[in-house]
Amino acid sequence: MATKNVWIAGLVPPVMLAVLLLTAASPRVKANDAANAEVKIDNFSFGPQSVTVPVGATVTWTNRDDIPHTVVSTEGVFKSKVRDTDEKFSYTFAKAGTYPYYCTIHPKMTGQIVVQ
Amino acid sequence: MANNKQDLIDQNLQDLNNDGVDRRGFLKCMAWAGTGLVWTMSGGIPVSRAFAKGYGKDAAKSGDFTFVQISDSHIGFNKPANPDVTATLQTAINKINAMQHKPDFIIHTGDLSQLSKPSEFDTLDQVLKGASPKQIYFVPGEHDMLSDNGDEYLQRYGKGTKGTGWYSFDQKGVHFVGLVNVANLKAGGMGSLGQDQLEWLENDLKGRSASTPVVLFAHIPLWTIYPDWGWGTDDSEQALSYVKRFGSVTVLNGHIHQIMQKVEGKVSFHTAMSTAFPQPAPGSAPSAGPMKVPAEQLQQVLGITDVNYVVSGRSLAVVDSPLGASSPLASGKETEW
Repeated sequence: MATKNVWIAGLVPPVMLAVLLLTAASPRVKANDAANAEVKIDNFSFGPQSVTVPVGATVTWTNRDDIPHTVVSTEGVFKSKVRDTDEKFSYTFAKAGTYPYYCTIHPKMTGQIVVQ
Repeated sequence: MANNKQDLIDQNLQDLNNDGVDRRGFLKCMAWAGTGLVWTMSGGIPVSRAFAKGYGKDAAKSGDFTFVQISDSHIGFNKPANPDVTATLQTAINKINAMQHKPDFIIHTGDLSQLSKPSEFDTLDQVLKGASPKQIYFVPGEHDMLSDNGDEYLQRYGKGTKGTGWYSFDQKGVHFVGLVNVANLKAGGMGSLGQDQLEWLENDLKGRSASTPVVLFAHIPLWTIYPDWGWGTDDSEQALSYVKRFGSVTVLNGHIHQIMQKVEGKVSFHTAMSTAFPQPAPGSAPSAGPMKVPAEQLQQVLGITDVNYVVSGRSLAVVDSPLGASSPLASGKETEW
């Protein structure tokens, strides 16, 4: 019974993903997609450390370490919850500017997002 | 590993040679390669007790006592470096319960949990309940302060403490201070005590006799071990300036999941092994992440620290023992410097 429920629930995301992928294929959305950026957390560092994106872009951080991290704006603009292994955090930047951030658990880990 | 240990010993020798202290009259240091390190510190009189022969029989003078330091239990961690951290904590507690001389209390130097979850703290409490010493003193690690500014930790373990969980207490003439250097960390920095805590510490130590042995304990090392990995405390120097006038100061830390020690003047620094997983030697890996070792080797790189206070000479002796050894010095070899 439990297995069946999981199977049904598991079916929904692939369907949604397929719709998203189809939509992304249209040129209008593709331009917007390219503006988004990914930051990977590996070996206690943010990579790339500095990312430049246009206004309106969404940046997504993924923690790929065995240890939890946070993504917190030094100036209080955004603040993730604790992100354990493979957990993500996204923020959409509505205004131009430079946004320094760090991991509040391991403050030696710093990065910045430049929004133009 | 052996090379790193040798480097550490060399570094310690360097420190000893440069501190201007007559080390023969002050310190006797013994290292047992492979299993751990024992050192004996004395405010004036070197103590050359052979700890392997057992502390309890001839040393149980009134006033002497023993406590055990455990650290970095990371309850909730379940990755390949150690998929069962609850079991290894239990092994550590069994080891403490089997000690010939029953410790007066336990100090846990932080990272009790992996993610500050109530269920993780519950599991920890459950295991610690089985420890024969009923008194356990805690300081938080950064992993214990992840929810609501550390409220979960403070509600459980911070009763009667100040600020983010700092406090002091006295045990048979020794003054113990638990410090918190994992709260309100600043971007780009290392551990931090903060102005409020430093002022409290200065007042706490004021008026105490310089002959009082002092033990400071905190999660992140109070000396700079490796700044690139944040293994140090930005404002530790100010804290240490308050203890300079004391004849015997022992600083116990965790956080780096391996044994490191240093002697500077009358201050002895010591970090403990984790009960959960090892971390690499400074700079020996791309990051400070958990170090994976073959399962059969895990218990050799986890452990506990046993501290004996001997009232004559007001000395503290620190003995590290891996979980996998039947006695602290079972397969060791003695070296002196």
